[in-house]
Amino acid sequence: MPGVRVLVGTRKGAFVLTSDEGRRDWRVEGPHFGGWEMYHLKGSPADPDRIWASQSGGWFGQVVQRSDDGGRTWSPVGNDFAYAAVEGRDGAGTHQDYDGTAKPWSFTRVWHLEPSLTDPDTVYAGVEDAALFKSTDGGASWSELAGLRGHGSGPQWQPGAGGLCAHTVVLHPTDEQRIVTAISAAGVFRTDDGGGTWRPINKGLLSGEIPQQEAEVGHCVHNLAMHPSRPDTLFMQKHWDVMRSDDGGESWHEISGDLPSDFGFPIDVHAHEPDTVYVVPITSDYFHVPPDGKLRVYRSRTGGGEWEPLTNGLPQEHCYVNVLRDAMAVDRLDECGVYVGTTGGQVYTSPDGGDSWAPIVRDLPAVLSVEVQTLR
Amino acid sequence: MTRTGTATVRVGLPYHLRALAQVDGEVLLDVGRPTTRGLLDALERRHPVLRGTVRDPVTGVRRPFVRFFACQEDLSHAAPDDPLPDAVMRGDEPFLVIGAMAGG
Repeated sequence: MPGVRVLVGTRKGAFVLTSDEGRRDWRVEGPHFGGWEMYHLKGSPADPDRIWASQSGGWFGQVVQRSDDGGRTWSPVGNDFAYAAVEGRDGAGTHQDYDGTAKPWSFTRVWHLEPSLTDPDTVYAGVEDAALFKSTDGGASWSELAGLRGHGSGPQWQPGAGGLCAHTVVLHPTDEQRIVTAISAAGVFRTDDGGGTWRPINKGLLSGEIPQQEAEVGHCVHNLAMHPSRPDTLFMQKHWDVMRSDDGGESWHEISGDLPSDFGFPIDVHAHEPDTVYVVPITSDYFHVPPDGKLRVYRSRTGGGEWEPLTNGLPQEHCYVNVLRDAMAVDRLDECGVYVGTTGGQVYTSPDGGDSWAPIVRDLPAVLSVEVQTLR
Repeated sequence: MTRTGTATVRVGLPYHLRALAQVDGEVLLDVGRPTTRGLLDALERRHPVLRGTVRDPVTGVRRPFVRFFACQEDLSHAAPDDPLPDAVMRGDEPFLVIGAMAGG
């Protein structure tokens, strides 16, 4: 029977929420890995029973878990994320720390797991300090795609407030050689040779928080989204500004339009309408709460520029939660569902593309990530 | 105690590591070198899932919020090749891996 499986990562464990295609009645399972920070869980498009999970914590570091039965049982896989030596640098080299000093690259955690679109054994990990790793053996071992850090600008990258992290990985739907990743606070980078070499694709971004607003690197990009039918069109939620590229990231233009704030974290695209885009405006970097105490998802049906607030079923008073960069997702059922998780522990769903919303759960730990699998 | 050959050592793990290793109670390890390094090597051989959770997998440095206690002493800052207490090597006292107090 068609349905959905929503994978929720929280500050204190992971939860699996399942429903049929009506998306009104939900079964809640969890917590899995109670007490651990679950930065991200994501299912393999090539094998929906295979799910990857990033489990981490301040005490005991990083564990990567894999389920082969749709999230019922889990097994730890490899967790050795060793930075590779970079040509021309001393070992793995250094990046800039907050105070401007050179700091050796060191691994902290996996922010994002992006499974291959075609091979269940292949998965990418975006990590802090910012680097991309790849496993082709089901997670047993990880190899760094060191050309990313090896870009000439690598030693100048600096962390944002959340750390120096590679948090977004976008795979091209047909060209396995092309990968786009986003790093806070370096910007967007693209490879066209499967991860060997990378170059920054930040032309058109303007960031008031850095001395040179249009610099090649140094931008705090929060999230990217792409519709598989239009892989050259990328949508971006930057620290400030919602942006769009129609040439694979070669150039960007602003589409913030009439949003009440163009600061925010997640961005996503409707499953069947490539010009329908969703964002969650947040007041500012200093506040990290919705404007006016109202949680509003904004939808553009015009590919940006013109936005409408979606409020039906979302709290419209006294609401001061945040929605983090990986905490919004869409399903691919005939009527596209949209999902949003908050730092207040609510997971809201809209089974009608954003027109109406209802909470699936209200009292989870702070939500770090929401992904959804469409089961047929 | 056994200073040559192998000794059976009792290791107490915190909740999260017991859950990862799927063990209840203490872990009994045959330890060759009577040092923290030797003990942790044996622990990771027995339970590979714990590699990286107690010490850095590359440098071997103890994770910042992990502590080692034994015989009512804090051994966290001892050199990894310092000898373990005789009572630990005899199995009279456990070697405790502790999650440091954190979080306020």
